[in-house]
Amino acid sequence: MAIWLTKDSKVIVQGMTGSEGSKHTRRMLAAGTNVVGGVNPRKAGTTVDFDGTALPVFASVSEAIKETGADVSVIFVPPAFTKAAVLEAIDAEIPLAVVITEGVPVQDSASFWAYNVDRGQKTRIIGPNCPGIASPGASNAGIIPADITPGGRIGLVSKSGTLTYQLMYELRDFGFSTAVGIGGDPIIGTTHIDALKAFQDDPDTDAIVMIGEIGGDAEERAAEFIKANVTKPVVGYIAGFTAPPGKTMGHAGAIISGSAGTADAKKSALEAAGVKVGKTPSETARLMREVMS
Amino acid sequence: MDLFEYQGRDLFERHGLPVLGGGVAETPQEARAIAERLGGKVVVKAQVKVGGRGKAGGVKLADGADEAEARATDILGMDIKGHTVHKVMLAETADIKEEYYFSYLLDRANRTFLCIASVAGGMEIETVAEEQPDRVAKIAIDASKGVDEAKAREIVAAAQYPAEVADQIVDIAVKLWQAFVAEDATLVEVNPLAKVGDGRVLLLDAKITLDENAGFRHPDHEALVDQSAVDPLEQAAKAKNLNYVKLDGEVGIIGNGAGLVMSTLDVVAYAGEQHGDVKPANFLDIGGGASAQVMANGLEIVLGDPAVKSVFVNVFGGITACDEVANGIIQALALLTERGETVTKPLVVRLDGNNAEAGRAILDGANNPLVERVDTMDGAAARAAELAAAGK
Repeated sequence: MAIWLTKDSKVIVQGMTGSEGSKHTRRMLAAGTNVVGGVNPRKAGTTVDFDGTALPVFASVSEAIKETGADVSVIFVPPAFTKAAVLEAIDAEIPLAVVITEGVPVQDSASFWAYNVDRGQKTRIIGPNCPGIASPGASNAGIIPADITPGGRIGLVSKSGTLTYQLMYELRDFGFSTAVGIGGDPIIGTTHIDALKAFQDDPDTDAIVMIGEIGGDAEERAAEFIKANVTKPVVGYIAGFTAPPGKTMGHAGAIISGSAGTADAKKSALEAAGVKVGKTPSETARLMREVMS
Repeated sequence: MDLFEYQGRDLFERHGLPVLGGGVAETPQEARAIAERLGGKVVVKAQVKVGGRGKAGGVKLADGADEAEARATDILGMDIKGHTVHKVMLAETADIKEEYYFSYLLDRANRTFLCIASVAGGMEIETVAEEQPDRVAKIAIDASKGVDEAKAREIVAAAQYPAEVADQIVDIAVKLWQAFVAEDATLVEVNPLAKVGDGRVLLLDAKITLDENAGFRHPDHEALVDQSAVDPLEQAAKAKNLNYVKLDGEVGIIGNGAGLVMSTLDVVAYAGEQHGDVKPANFLDIGGGASAQVMANGLEIVLGDPAVKSVFVNVFGGITACDEVANGIIQALALLTERGETVTKPLVVRLDGNNAEAGRAILDGANNPLVERVDTMDGAAARAAELAAAGK
């Protein structure tokens, strides 16, 4: 088992006919994901062939759900159309929407989040600006490379894609239950806390890697949550100790504002909650090895 | 993107918010012309994106055009906390009776927006919040409902603004929210929001941050970028669609993925503690694709920084396989030679992940004396720092 994404998940792709969408649909299929179709109103009724797998294109998310029983949507549409795509997914009440798109205006993210709250949060949103979610050996929704690691009993939640891959690679002999890339934007649908809670409740996860970076105070709040609610061992890593204040470091949310959002403050908060924090990615992997052996 | 005060004033005026007349000048002569147009007393304010300019002598009153020209001469070229003053704003003066505070900003923790409103303006809101927390009201804004008149009245009541200015501030709160949304701002801060002698409430300062991700629906925002403050290497990188931030060290950094590059900066800085205190020279994320072309562009920018003494290329092969990345590096060096660049600085390359063995074999086979392969991130960072220290 895993969190949020299992071998039984039926995945559709919003933006499947675009270049990124089709490239990653092919990769998801190759990873064994049960991709059941795509959405594009202008190409509804056609099918797209992916190395012998013909996938139907539907006019809307709700039609795709009705026809296929889909319960996960991966969104690859450009930033200007992302808000509309997420609103459509929320309206269709799909249980999980994974928003890969980078560069979504923050007012659009705030807007679809508020809409989701108004509608009773029937949809879990992951992202935007994230690599997606992978339950190795079972299913893969997004762009996380599927062949880094087999399934196992470590859970991982991270703001960063490549640091996720790095840690999965370093700990590939143990394997992972699920890795969730929550994204590096200021407003995101799924937080560290949401993932920590799900891993704590998941009988197939024994320990958790949590990766954060400068900006905001999500890691500090996660530390409080861990202290009060998480009994499984958590190993942490924070990126951006040497980042200067006031500069955006790649991710829209990775910015130190005045004295807020520093890596030092996050590390201290996590350590105060009993989390072992690695100084480098490889030291973080080493700390997790000690936990798992 | 943070705006200058004068750009904020213009933006407020465009959205029908009450501001004082003003203009921006880059020379004392321009300042004189604006002062003549405004007439009477004016205030001359240094345009810098840093607080504390008043204390530093960057804000002066002037009575008439002669004095305005003289004050502009004093202020232009001043250094305020490391920021050179290239522009001054001239504005009408106001007979300020009371100063308040008002802002809309992003609330990351609650995934929405927040209004902070206070009757105590004209000083740092952080200080007010610490010393007189009961005078600072924080009101959550529902992103799907925004600020209508009813919400504005709720804000005004929570902030305890005086009754005689309540209606005016309600109107300002609604229009300011409309401007916030229309311009895709993530922060608008008005400090002070002032009641003046004739009873009007005016927005007397503007601190605005616009969302660069929303640039596609605001082609006019491009003109607001302060070209004088942009580092030439950052400018060149932007023209090539590279995500580059100039820093103050000697080890050039190229990597894929924002998190991995941030992490690389840290690991290099730790290694530098053992090697002549060298530091990372830049942040450069070449993204998941990392083709030879992109790698060449990245190398060109990083090697174009005279402070760089060594380069650390740190790539984790995820979607891109390491053999492609290795070929990219070799081709990039050849491309640079074709472009007439003489590469003399050493490169330390760490490849891990997808097809790492094949990628390493390609690097070894190319036998380029400038390229050194180290297979762990920590080891490669130490080697790059050592080479930079030797080149200092």
